[in-house]
Amino acid sequence: MKQVYSVPKSLQPRSTHYCPGCTHGIAHKLVAEAIDDLGVRDRAIGVAPVGCAVFAYDYFDCDFQQAAHGRAPAVATGIKRSVPDSVVFAYQGDGDLASIGAAEIVHAAMRGERITVIFVNNAIYGMTGGQMAPTTLVGQKATTAPFGRQKEHCGSPLRVSEMLATIPGAAYVARVALSSPGNVAKAKTAIRKGFETQLAGGGFSLVECLSTCPTNWGMGPYEAMRWLEENMIPYYPLGEFRTPEGGQNDA
Amino acid sequence: MAERKLFKGNEAVAEAAVRAGCRYFFGYPITPQNEIPEYMARRLPEVGGLFLQAESEVAAINMVYGAAGTGARVMTSSSSPGISLKQEGISYIAGAELPCLIVNMVRGGPGLGGIQPAQSDYFQAVKGGGHGDYYTIVYAPASIQEMVDLTMQAFDVAETYRMPVMILGDGVLGQMMEPVEFREPAPREVPPKDWATTGAKDGRAPRLINSIYLQPEALFKHNLKIAERFEQAKKNEVMCEKTKTDDADIVLVAYGTTARVCRSVMDRARAAGLKVGIIRPITVSPFPYNEIAEVARTARAFLTVEMSLGQMVEDVKVAVSGAAPVHFYGTTGGVIPTAADILERVEEIARAEVQK
Amino acid sequence: MTKVVFDEEKCKGCELCVQFCPRKVIVMADRINAKGYHPAVLADEENCISCGICARMCPDAVIEVFKP
Repeated sequence: MKQVYSVPKSLQPRSTHYCPGCTHGIAHKLVAEAIDDLGVRDRAIGVAPVGCAVFAYDYFDCDFQQAAHGRAPAVATGIKRSVPDSVVFAYQGDGDLASIGAAEIVHAAMRGERITVIFVNNAIYGMTGGQMAPTTLVGQKATTAPFGRQKEHCGSPLRVSEMLATIPGAAYVARVALSSPGNVAKAKTAIRKGFETQLAGGGFSLVECLSTCPTNWGMGPYEAMRWLEENMIPYYPLGEFRTPEGGQNDA
Repeated sequence: MAERKLFKGNEAVAEAAVRAGCRYFFGYPITPQNEIPEYMARRLPEVGGLFLQAESEVAAINMVYGAAGTGARVMTSSSSPGISLKQEGISYIAGAELPCLIVNMVRGGPGLGGIQPAQSDYFQAVKGGGHGDYYTIVYAPASIQEMVDLTMQAFDVAETYRMPVMILGDGVLGQMMEPVEFREPAPREVPPKDWATTGAKDGRAPRLINSIYLQPEALFKHNLKIAERFEQAKKNEVMCEKTKTDDADIVLVAYGTTARVCRSVMDRARAAGLKVGIIRPITVSPFPYNEIAEVARTARAFLTVEMSLGQMVEDVKVAVSGAAPVHFYGTTGGVIPTAADILERVEEIARAEVQK
Repeated sequence: MTKVVFDEEKCKGCELCVQFCPRKVIVMADRINAKGYHPAVLADEENCISCGICARMCPDAVIEVFKP
C-alpha cells in the first residue's frame, strides 16, 4: 500500500505533554513537515518560548534553545546572526509574543531578521491556567476576566499579523487557522512559505496560527474548533498580510 | 615590548574584546558607556564580526544568550539601570551554562540616579544579580591597562567555567585615557564547546540550550553543578593586589577607581608616619576572603572605602571575621571620595585603634 | 495492514479524527490505553477512502494512512 500520511521525521517519536485535542500538536507537525520537505533538519535551530510550548524542544529532532518569556525573537536573532547558515524558527504563544514580547517581535520584524516565527494564538494564557491574553476576545471569559473581557477596561484584542504587516522588514506574514482539514492544509502551505522566505533571504516571516485551548476554554476539542471558526476568525481574518512579492491575499 | 597606545577606557575594553576573539556585540545606548557600542559598530565589521543595536537591554542580553548558545564569543555592555534590565537574561545565561562577557560601567543609583561614577552595583554584581542560585565571575579593574588585560582573558575564563564574566568598571574608568598595551594573556586550555547549537549535522544528536528543570531534584543537581564550577573558580581565579600590607597597622580595602584614590591616601599617610597598606580586590567575585583574612592576622584595623554607602564592606567583615575592627568610608550618588577625606578617617582610626 | 494505522499508546482520545472523518469510519475503542484514554480505532475499513484527514487533524501524530 502507498503511504498517504506519515509522521514527519523531524518530530521525535514521543508523546507530548499537551492536553487532549490541543492544536499545538498540529502546529508542531506542520513545522516538522516543513523542515522535512525543505530538507533543513540539520540546519534548523528552534527557539522555545515560555508557555505551553516551553517543552517544544522535546518534540523536534533538531537543535533548540529555550528562551525567557517573550524573548524568543531576540534569542533567535542572536542565533541567526552568529550562524547565518542556520534555519532559525521561534515558536511562541500569544501571551509570550503579543504581551511580554511585543517589543522583541516588532523589532525582529523591523530588522527584517531572517527568522521564521510560528505564532500560536489561542486567545488565552494556557500554561498558567487560563488568564486573559492581549488576544482574548471582547466578552470572552478568562480567569482574570471572570465577567468576560471588557473593552472599556482593557481594550480590544491585538491583531498581531495586521500590525506586523505594516513593518517594511516583514517579508511574509500570514494568519491561518488550525480548525478544519481545509484550514490545516492552508496552514501547512503558509508555514512552508515562511521557511522558504527565510531560505531565500527575504526577511522576517511569521505565521499566526489561530489555535484552540479546549482545557481553558472549557470545551471539547471539536467544539473548540467550531468556536474558533465562529468567534475568532471574524475578528482575526485569515490570509496573507504580506508576501515577498508584496501582495496581500486571502488564504 | 609591544606598542603602547593612548586609549579611552571604554574603547580599550572594546578593542581588547575584539583581540580576544569577540565577534558579536549586542547592546543598547546608555551613558557613560556609549563609546563601547560605538567602537564596536566600527570595529567588528573589520574583523568579520557583527554589531547590532538592540531595541532594549532586555533584547540585547537575550541576543547574547542566543549567540552564546551557538558557541560564539559574544558580549554586551551597559551601565547600572541597563544592567538591571539585563539581569533577566544574565540569570538565564547562568542557568543555561553559557559563557559571555558583560561590561558594567557603573553610575549612581538607585532608579535613574545620575551619570557620574559609582560603585553601588556591587551587591548586584557579586551576589548573582538576577534570580536564582548562581554567581558570576566579576573583575574590578583599577586602570585602563588592567581593564584590557582582564578583558583579554575574560572569554577564556567564561568558557572554562561556562558562566558569564562581568567587568565592573565605572564612569571614571570608562572615560579616562591611559596608555595601554594589548598583551596576549597566558594560554589556557579551554574545554571544547560540545554543547553549542549550530544545527544537528553529520548525524549528531540534537543539542539543547536550556535552564528549565521542573523536577526539584534535577534543578538541585543542576545548581550544584554550576556551584561546583564556581568553587573551581574560587580556587583558581581569585585576584587581589596587596600593597605595603606586611607592616601595615591600618589596611585600606578598595577596588577600582576608589583604590586609585586610596593609593595617594596611603602615600600621604606613610609620609606622616602612619603604617597604611592597601588590599585591592581585582576579582570581587570570587572575593579574596582568604587574602584579606591573612592580612587580618597582623593588621590593627581595616578601612573599606567605596563609592557606595557600604556594600563590599560586608564581605570585608566576613573575611576579617572579628580579627580586627572594620571601618567604612563611602560616598554615594556619583561623588568620588577625596584623598583628604579618606586620610582624615585614617587619622581618626589611628588615634582610636593604633595610638591608644 | 489496514489503511489507517494508529500508534495507540500515543492517543489521548480527543476524538478529532472521529469528528473530521468524512466517512465516519473511526470510533473510540471500549478499551483504555496506558495513558487511560479510549484510543481511536478504524471500525469500517471497507468504507475508508484513505483521505488522510484523520491523520492531518490528529494533534498527537498517532495516525498514519495508507492507500491500496
